Amino acid sequence: MSSIRETSSAPGLALFAAAIVAAPFLLPDYYQSVLIVAGLFAILSMGLNLLMGYAGQISLGHAAFYGLSAYASGILTTTFHWPVPAGIAAGVVLSGVTAALIGIPTLKLKGHYLAMGTLGFGVIVYIVFNEAVALTAGPSGLTGIPRLSAFGKIFSTDREYYFVVWGTVFLLFVLARNLVRSRMGRALRAIHTSESAASVLGIDVARYKAFVFVLSAVYAGIAGALYAHFVTFISPGSFSFHASTQVVTMVVLGGMASLWGAVAGAVFLTVLPEWLRAIEDYDILVYGAILVLTMRFLPGGLAEGVERVLSALASIFRGKAKASGGEGKKP
Amino acid sequence: MKGMKLVLAAMLGGALLFGGTAFANEPIKIGAIFSVTGPAAFLGEPERNTVKMMEEEINKAGGLLGRKIEVVVYDDESDATKAVTAIDRLIKKDRVVAIIGPSTSGNTLAIISKVEEAKIPLVSCASAKKINLPVKKYVFKTAQSDAIFVKKIYQHAKKSGWTKVALLSASDAYGSAGREDLKELAAQFGVTVVADEVFGPKDTDMTAQLTKIKGTAAQAIICWGTNPGPAVIARNRTQLGIKTPLYMSQGVASKKFIELAGKENAEGIFLPAGRLLVEDQIDPKHPQKKVLAGYIRDYEGKFKGGVSAFGGHAFDAMNLLEMAIRNGKSAEPETIRDQIEKIRAFWGAGGEFNLSAADHSGLTEDSMVMVKIVKGDWDLIK
Repeated sequence: MSSIRETSSAPGLALFAAAIVAAPFLLPDYYQSVLIVAGLFAILSMGLNLLMGYAGQISLGHAAFYGLSAYASGILTTTFHWPVPAGIAAGVVLSGVTAALIGIPTLKLKGHYLAMGTLGFGVIVYIVFNEAVALTAGPSGLTGIPRLSAFGKIFSTDREYYFVVWGTVFLLFVLARNLVRSRMGRALRAIHTSESAASVLGIDVARYKAFVFVLSAVYAGIAGALYAHFVTFISPGSFSFHASTQVVTMVVLGGMASLWGAVAGAVFLTVLPEWLRAIEDYDILVYGAILVLTMRFLPGGLAEGVERVLSALASIFRGKAKASGGEGKKP
Repeated sequence: MKGMKLVLAAMLGGALLFGGTAFANEPIKIGAIFSVTGPAAFLGEPERNTVKMMEEEINKAGGLLGRKIEVVVYDDESDATKAVTAIDRLIKKDRVVAIIGPSTSGNTLAIISKVEEAKIPLVSCASAKKINLPVKKYVFKTAQSDAIFVKKIYQHAKKSGWTKVALLSASDAYGSAGREDLKELAAQFGVTVVADEVFGPKDTDMTAQLTKIKGTAAQAIICWGTNPGPAVIARNRTQLGIKTPLYMSQGVASKKFIELAGKENAEGIFLPAGRLLVEDQIDPKHPQKKVLAGYIRDYEGKFKGGVSAFGGHAFDAMNLLEMAIRNGKSAEPETIRDQIEKIRAFWGAGGEFNLSAADHSGLTEDSMVMVKIVKGDWDLIK
């Protein structure tokens, strides 16, 4: 844990920012849309990681918040001709408010029951997307959503959109990083370890849980609205239970209670299938094998893997220093 | 982890290597996006098989304009987001001159803005009317619009004297699109809708909806959905002893449906279908006979069965592109687009295509026949 916190210090952030700026210039053009999708998933999994990894609350319905915001912004900008930033803001607020309302009853549940509760919520929202045809255009999907435009500028190329998405990832990353290092973050981890112990220590468990739930829904909402104005078409299929499990997989594979892990998990799982396209027909087999092997040998996720490599490197250096020091003393 | 990284690096290297730059006699690259896996795999698999088979056949016969063709197929896993990243890869990396697919309406709608922007012709294998409404400059489709099937059913129902119908549609993209058309076109044929029930595509029991319909004055039931829902309905219908005639949509036009429903439950069901289904029963002099017989022979020979109308959509899309390239003597996206628009009186697997600037699908209800299921097989209604 300590080394993770070390890596997310200022030089780590600078490196992250540099990587974001450099990536579209280093990678071929067609990677832009893949990276945009990866960025959206990174926002989703960072939010979910705050909830799952730090506070220990499982949500199997996160795609619902993702979808609510996507639909709200899509409908407001398309059917009601709102400006896009207003639509996005409304979408994010809707996700947050819904989470607050849902959070009151569901966060009283623990463990499997909370998982079931959020799962049920996700399914209900999915059904609403399908059935509220007059509003959502039903299963055949909402078309003609405008591209993101703000301050008189339309972000029509993928490169511009890439910077919008990854700029957002960066800001939200810094926000989450500050949060988990604050009193709040320690309180969340205390709740994760033991709710009773945390409340004995004077932590208002219910309030903290509700807050982090709403915050993770807001993250999902931001990702959802950005998705709608990127693809310009949304259908319920993108926000089904399958999408929720995908985000959970990214969090777990990336590493619980690690923001780097959340980003790494999202990027890894989005980009990996693109690499595997080169071995068509076998790609799904290899993809599955990679997932199984990662979880088998790195139960702490990609973040743990990086940490192990770093500490191994450190010990090699230390060993070398010792060895050379020893030799120096011999003569 | 290190070994894995090496493997990944090697694969990435391989991918970059194979995606080299263009040479003078490079193959003509055609892209395709199909839902080979996922819930829509029943569409994507025969489509992929068909274009791969045709690629081989065209190259064996000397290619196009003296160049070989190469069809790059990507699987969108029935996921709209994957279709979006796949289209970028086809346009920006593979630099294809035209694209076939995607298999589903949702995925097609998700990528339309991308192909319009890149000015690459797209021949979709999906059916939704939204794809061509309004007409988009670079977007075509080979699957018949739902309205064509609806009209065929209503014509048949009216001729049989059944003017009160009950609708039973799946709550997915396919079912809801059909339901819309069924309700919209009813008045035009003097048909009244007396019940309008919906079922979840994964529901395993539809007796509630059928019991409700049984209590109405419906003279026929029209079911709109893809397997397994309609098969469940066929079974529940016999269980409840409902004798009201049942129509199915093109969504179940494969032997799989009869298998799932059971021979005795499928008996007597009507459905509109392309002539592909009843190729052996159509008049040998019919202009479509030769095309269909050829496609079925080739497909069954190569893949040992499993020929379906869905593969036929890809067959037609590939043929349209082939013709457009030959007619225009050029593999430039712009010329291909212009040439597709000029294709008239082409008999494909789906029917007779007559494309124009105003009609980017080009099929009418004459491309359909009514079929009745008799003893586990299709019977053409003449």
